[in-house]
Amino acid sequence: MMEALIQTDLASVLTNEETAAIDAELEHVPYKSGAAIDALKIVQSKRGWISDECLTAISKHLEMSVDELEGIATFYNLIYRKPVGEKVILFCDSVSCWICGCEDAKEKVSKVLNIGYGETTADNKYTLLPVPCLGACDRAPVMMVGDELITNLDDAKIEATFSQSLLSEDY
Amino acid sequence: MPKVLVDGQPIEVNEGENLLEACLNAGLDLPYFCWHPAMGSVGSCRQCAVVQYQSDEDTNGRIVMGCMTEVKEGARFSLETENAVQFREAIIESLMLNHPHDCPVCSEGGECHLQDMTVMVGHRDRRYTGKKNTHRNQYLGPLINHEMNRCITCYRCERFYKDYAGGKDFGAQASRDRVFFGRQTDGVLESEFSGNLVEVCPTGVFTDKPFLAHYSRKWDLQSAPSICTGCGVGCNTAPGERYGRLKRIHNRYNYDINGYFICDRGRFGAGYVNNKERIDYAGLREVDGSYSAIRHENALATAGQWLNDKRVVGIGSPRASLESNFLLKHWLGPANFSSGLSDAEGPGMKQLIKVLSTTKANVPSVRQMQSADAILILGEDVANTAPRISLALRQAVRNKSFSMAEEAGIPEWQDAAVRNLGQDELSPLIIVTSSESRLDNIASHIYSLSPDAIADFGFSLAARLDGSDIEDEMVCGVADILSQASRPLVVSGIGSFSPDILSSAAKVADSLSNLNKKAMLSLCVSESNSMGVAMLSDEHTLSLASVMEQLDDIDTLVILENDLSRRLDRSALQKLSESKVNIIALDVIENSTLNRASMVLPAASFAESEGSLVNFEGRAQRYFPVFEPARDRLPSWHWLIKLASLDNDNKLSALACFDDVVSLLADSDKKWEEIVKVAPGQTFRDRGQKIPRQTHRYSGRTAMNASVSVHEPPQPKDNETALAYSMEGLNRDQPSTLSPYVWSPGWNSNHSVQKFQSKVDGQHKNQTPGIILISSNQNGFGESVSYERTGALEANNWTLIPIACIHGSEELSSYTKEIAELSGNAFIAISEDAANALGVLDGDGLQVIGGSAEISLEVRVVDRMAEGCVGYSVGYEETLSLAPGQTVRLAKDASWIRSKPHLIATDGASEASLGESLYV
Ligand code: SF4
Ligand code: SF4
Ligand code: FES
Ligand code: FES
Repeated sequence: MMEALIQTDLASVLTNEETAAIDAELEHVPYKSGAAIDALKIVQSKRGWISDECLTAISKHLEMSVDELEGIATFYNLIYRKPVGEKVILFCDSVSCWICGCEDAKEKVSKVLNIGYGETTADNKYTLLPVPCLGACDRAPVMMVGDELITNLDDAKIEATFSQSLLSEDY
Repeated sequence: MPKVLVDGQPIEVNEGENLLEACLNAGLDLPYFCWHPAMGSVGSCRQCAVVQYQSDEDTNGRIVMGCMTEVKEGARFSLETENAVQFREAIIESLMLNHPHDCPVCSEGGECHLQDMTVMVGHRDRRYTGKKNTHRNQYLGPLINHEMNRCITCYRCERFYKDYAGGKDFGAQASRDRVFFGRQTDGVLESEFSGNLVEVCPTGVFTDKPFLAHYSRKWDLQSAPSICTGCGVGCNTAPGERYGRLKRIHNRYNYDINGYFICDRGRFGAGYVNNKERIDYAGLREVDGSYSAIRHENALATAGQWLNDKRVVGIGSPRASLESNFLLKHWLGPANFSSGLSDAEGPGMKQLIKVLSTTKANVPSVRQMQSADAILILGEDVANTAPRISLALRQAVRNKSFSMAEEAGIPEWQDAAVRNLGQDELSPLIIVTSSESRLDNIASHIYSLSPDAIADFGFSLAARLDGSDIEDEMVCGVADILSQASRPLVVSGIGSFSPDILSSAAKVADSLSNLNKKAMLSLCVSESNSMGVAMLSDEHTLSLASVMEQLDDIDTLVILENDLSRRLDRSALQKLSESKVNIIALDVIENSTLNRASMVLPAASFAESEGSLVNFEGRAQRYFPVFEPARDRLPSWHWLIKLASLDNDNKLSALACFDDVVSLLADSDKKWEEIVKVAPGQTFRDRGQKIPRQTHRYSGRTAMNASVSVHEPPQPKDNETALAYSMEGLNRDQPSTLSPYVWSPGWNSNHSVQKFQSKVDGQHKNQTPGIILISSNQNGFGESVSYERTGALEANNWTLIPIACIHGSEELSSYTKEIAELSGNAFIAISEDAANALGVLDGDGLQVIGGSAEISLEVRVVDRMAEGCVGYSVGYEETLSLAPGQTVRLAKDASWIRSKPHLIATDGASEASLGESLYV
């Protein structure tokens, strides 16, 4: 009976929309598990992150064990297994950006938002994560805020980017 | 044989092998981690680096991985070049960055491959002074301890657990230096092979939990070559003892049977040897029903009165040694001997031996089974009745990918490449059983049939293979698959307790052989010596039923290591309790038969005695005492000689030692002739010395009992075997059957096994030839088919199917604490449809009514179950009154109280979130 309860609950974790999107991906792969990353991305795009319940639901849908899917989910740094803020800041700390002074820029971001790597602002707007190279070395240092790439970072640009937050937080 | 040059020295290599194997074969010490002789290479640890030169002119060479480099005639390598040496040391140093160096408190210490490799590369000084990773360890159940910080990310555990053993609830998580090996959440590891992680992991991440609770270093253990008594496969084991306690069991390499792996029942199921319920002294039942412990001389004096000039009947046992069973029969005479097999099993075993003695097919060893290119399982739940065989079948289905690899020119040991190429292309595995099995997930075809229908299926299949016109599509389909194979394997056995299924399996195997196939037939048996005791049986042998019928004419019953409550129905047990017969029962541990006995004699367990067991192939193997039996315990064969000597007509008077018993057995009948060759006798000496059970570093021998007495006790003498309770002597190149443990200079872990092999993954250097006692006349089974069929059942009538459970069904292992914890409740297994019809859910209670039985059992809803059948967990206390094939009725038990669901939470937070999401 417990088993039965668990199953129904998890089945309803995925919305119809999510299930449909995952099923569309399944069309393109020879093995169900081949769609694992896409399925994780689909669910994450709706919910921001992958909870334990979502992980289990996806694994059932793909006929994999939850342990296998966890291996995939935790391998990729852009699949979030903990809640993140509304926007994720992917801050490049790789070579080109480092040469161009990304460490100072990172300090600035941290100071402005009052968060370090892996942390989320109190208002739940931003999560700061390091990333190795965003492929925009020619405009280093760079970061992505949500879907937006912000290049040639300096203090002014950083303050401008987060001015909204600054105002609300009485910086 | 091709030759390659290693550091200027020519070494002979085998065609197609990799350089690491070649080096090990040549006796060179090349360190490695991720490679495993049974699992091949993936080149992930970078430890086996060597320098390869491209041409004669090339003086620099380049670093390659030994395990990933195929040897080719004339190739030139160097192990000793500065480059290679530095590289290998640097690898160890990098692994050490996060390794905690906690050897003194690590239970791997002293038998750790990482320690050995670190010493081998000469890495001594750590330069890294920064912080190390700290992982959270998981609760993985009662068998395996987890200490993740010690991981060096060789990925062997994952490759064994998932790729080799087919486990799903385990894997690598995260990336870079944060990689973690474990489950998604805490919980009991599901695989019945989880214990092999202890030996597969080259460090102390996965260790033997029960051993950890009473820990000793490997070098302080006293060991002896032994045979697992968990089932009829007969895996070879190396149990270790200290302070009179059986500490742990390790795999003991046997080329033909278990190789490097045993199942969890075998590894962890012998804890009963240390159980408080073991019998220490002879006991005599008083008039008021109580027992008093008596000196064994007094016990024998009393027994004498019950034996002389009396009708004495002996009941043998499928879990007692061949020698003990034989002595019982020889002493009391064939007409007073019962094999002790249940009346459901006895006829089946007779049929099974008949099949093996006539089959046209080969009876394969476990290793040979791995060569099958198509497998048919008829009515046997192999994963539970012969676990090690199921592991071999998991490898056999990969033959498809091996042949794909061969076509693509990829060597078999290129594990990742072969798996990548093969994906889930598997050789056909056709499972025809009554209920779900753990092999279902690798099967190409699954059919759920009742035992009768399985036999019918087999007979039609044989007919079809013989060329008959058969309409049944299922039969024709399977016939097509098997006839396309060149090495088809038929697996069946006693598990369904159906002689007809055995006949049908025999027929199929014969028909396949007639098609010029190298067909194989393998039949599983239920207990460690079922085969031995069945082979001892003859036309005079009494069935248990006839013993019970004759009870009034019997004065004394001698019961040898047999709990009859597992083999007799309730009314027979009742009769036994009420009868006036004197019962002398020999056994190792308290059980309900001992409670009915007039006299109890304390028998030594397998770990404290010597004896032979005959496995499912008819292979006889010898186990040796690991330590002396404590208190008044004696090996049963010894008790029987003592008992017989009380008899005026002492048929066993000539027997002075164990070897005499073996010789007497060999002389008793042609079929036992070879039994003397199973292992060297007690006169064997290696360079004038016996084989030591203790390592040469065995510490505190004279002091370890100082807490009890400061007087140095003399070492016990072993007058029965070629082994000594001593550190003196050589453990190096004696016959394989006398190999108590593996160790070689510089190789303290079980990887030293390669120093004992003739080549990597090959036979033992000094292999004792396997003694197979049953040979087939190859005439074919050829019996005309006449069998009874259960007619159609009335509504709500169900046929009972025995379901063996890896933990819980086997008798002695169930007396082990950890196994009891894993056994769970006795159950009745029904299909989803049946559950709906009966209005029950998984975990509810069902009344099972039929014959003398009316019991309630927990419902287990299974994925598949043959129409009209329900399964029951065999060997559980609650289900002893149920019999295979019995017809029962079922009704919901309204008063059943569900046991609480087990919820294992990783920490407070997730417990809370689980609570919310699941139970609100
Ligand atoms: S846990 Fe052991 S076997 Fe698994 S990767 Fe780590 S060191 Fe290797
Ligand atoms: S398969 Fe059988 S013999 Fe082998 S370890 Fe398991 S229980 Fe023992
Ligand atoms: S290094 Fe920062 S974008 Fe490439
Ligand atoms: S053993 Fe060769 S790379 Fe690991």
